[in-house]
Amino acid sequence: MNLLAGTWQWLVDPANWSGAGAIPSRILEHLAYSGIVMVVAVVVAVPLGLLVGHTGRGSGAVIGVSGALRALPTLGLLTLFSLLMGLGLVPPLLALVILAVPPILTATYAGVAEVSPQVKDAAKAQGMTPLQVLTRVEMPLALPVAMGGIRNAALQVIATATVAAYINLGGLGRYLIDGLAVRDYSRMLGSVLLVAVLALAIDAVLAALQRALTSPGIRASPAGAH
Amino acid sequence: MGNHAISFRDVRKTYPDGTTAVDDLSLDVPEGSLTVFVGPSGCGKTTSLRMINRMVEPTSGTVEVNGQDVSSVPEARLRRSMGYVMQASGLLPHRTVLENIATVPRLLGRSKRESRERAESLLETIGLDRDLGGRYPSQLSGGQQQRVGVARALAADPPVLLMDEPFSAVDPVVRADLQRELLDLKQRLNKTIVFVTHDMDEAVLLGDRVAVFATGGRLAQYAPPEQVLRAPADQFVSDFVGRDRGFRALSFDSHEVALSGVLSRNHEGETTVLGGSEATGGWTLEVDAAGRPVGWLAPGESDGADTSAHRVGGSLYRPGGSLRSALDAALSSPSGLAVAVDDSGRVRGVLRPQDVLAAIEQARGARS
Repeated sequence: MNLLAGTWQWLVDPANWSGAGAIPSRILEHLAYSGIVMVVAVVVAVPLGLLVGHTGRGSGAVIGVSGALRALPTLGLLTLFSLLMGLGLVPPLLALVILAVPPILTATYAGVAEVSPQVKDAAKAQGMTPLQVLTRVEMPLALPVAMGGIRNAALQVIATATVAAYINLGGLGRYLIDGLAVRDYSRMLGSVLLVAVLALAIDAVLAALQRALTSPGIRASPAGAH
Repeated sequence: MGNHAISFRDVRKTYPDGTTAVDDLSLDVPEGSLTVFVGPSGCGKTTSLRMINRMVEPTSGTVEVNGQDVSSVPEARLRRSMGYVMQASGLLPHRTVLENIATVPRLLGRSKRESRERAESLLETIGLDRDLGGRYPSQLSGGQQQRVGVARALAADPPVLLMDEPFSAVDPVVRADLQRELLDLKQRLNKTIVFVTHDMDEAVLLGDRVAVFATGGRLAQYAPPEQVLRAPADQFVSDFVGRDRGFRALSFDSHEVALSGVLSRNHEGETTVLGGSEATGGWTLEVDAAGRPVGWLAPGESDGADTSAHRVGGSLYRPGGSLRSALDAALSSPSGLAVAVDDSGRVRGVLRPQDVLAAIEQARGARS
């Protein structure tokens, strides 16, 4: 009870919501880290997933490597990269990219691989080049599944970006590390709640984006059939 | 008919595992004709079709379209120059009906507007409502999807149309509609059509010429359908064509059959003899106000105003139609009498089975 009351007080204290190092600036830092990580991960994983899904070659490697990457603990990676490269923004972002790539890669690959062979055959038979089959048929059809992977990755990255504070960077993890140091559990719980709300809010935005980008023809809607 | 739109020259397709899909195929498809490739599954008919637009490359031999070796034309360009209709429609699920139809014109670089207008006019050509243009494939019935597939193949007005079992996945009633519409389209559009099916009846109905493929990719016979039915080239063709081939061959005979009169009763209960001076049989044919057949009343049932007792009639015969339709009309009629109707569906009389058989005999005599 005491903890929850304290958490509430921490969350509503106006002093925590203004000035440098206050909650809004920590949220922005957190979003900035997560955003950079997601952009890099998408740029790496989506083209690779498309390539493997389109050609059907290397699917075994994709599944194996993704599984192996998922098994790596982010905190361990962060420590390792910091030791190798020194402190700074790169080690945590790199560790987070490695967290984000597997779900995006496997989902993009699966989305393309799941496109009906008949549809691809028909597209080819109408005179589409392989590139046109990829961009006009496979990509739009793979989009809902690929977006699922991106949302999955975004949730994980936002939750895990708290580790940046471990090596003296900002973000909402700051409150976790600092709170732990002074045994301020209200602050810790408050920041965890903020991370959770932020993750859900971003997921809602991405869900809306997914819906907007998906053709009504492939949205699963029983009302669509007549 | 002197021009060959499509020619296969010693075409062979073997796969690395040693199976032969197509075995030394040489065949000419005349321009403007509808040629049907028919055969059991695994006979190479679809493989042969797909070699025309390079969806499959032959192991040896050449395929020519209008005298040009297709292997010298870039794949995408070649395919855009031919319509292609496949079994499961193959429509792009994320695109609307109009967008699907406009696929090839768009690939050919025509403007969005021009392609859309073309697609809209094609909706009419294939007998679909304009309102369907904005729908997605998943919102269409199987028959509608196949129609859209045909429209897509026609969109760039290609001289050659390749159809790979396009009607095999729809129900028989819709299939019959689609077949009739294809014949109608063929008349209006003057296309060279190659049509693949495993259904001999469909081949006979649609084809100007039928190529019967045997297991192992051998072309067993290439002839007009009537000849395939009457004079199968070998045992395989004879077996494939089936035991009904004598009956099926009647599709090509349209000898005149003598009409007989029939007692009819209209909706007001008035009885008259239609089609002759004397009624045949003792059955009464019920007709509606316009004189179209409704059903049959057995002898003894014709009294009383209760018309609910009538037996549903069989198929109808139109004078000038094939002897197959005449015989079927007789065999399917509860009274044993084939009902002959004119083009507006009014009863003109009935055919007695013995008269149909006599006409069959006369047609046979006239042939030999």
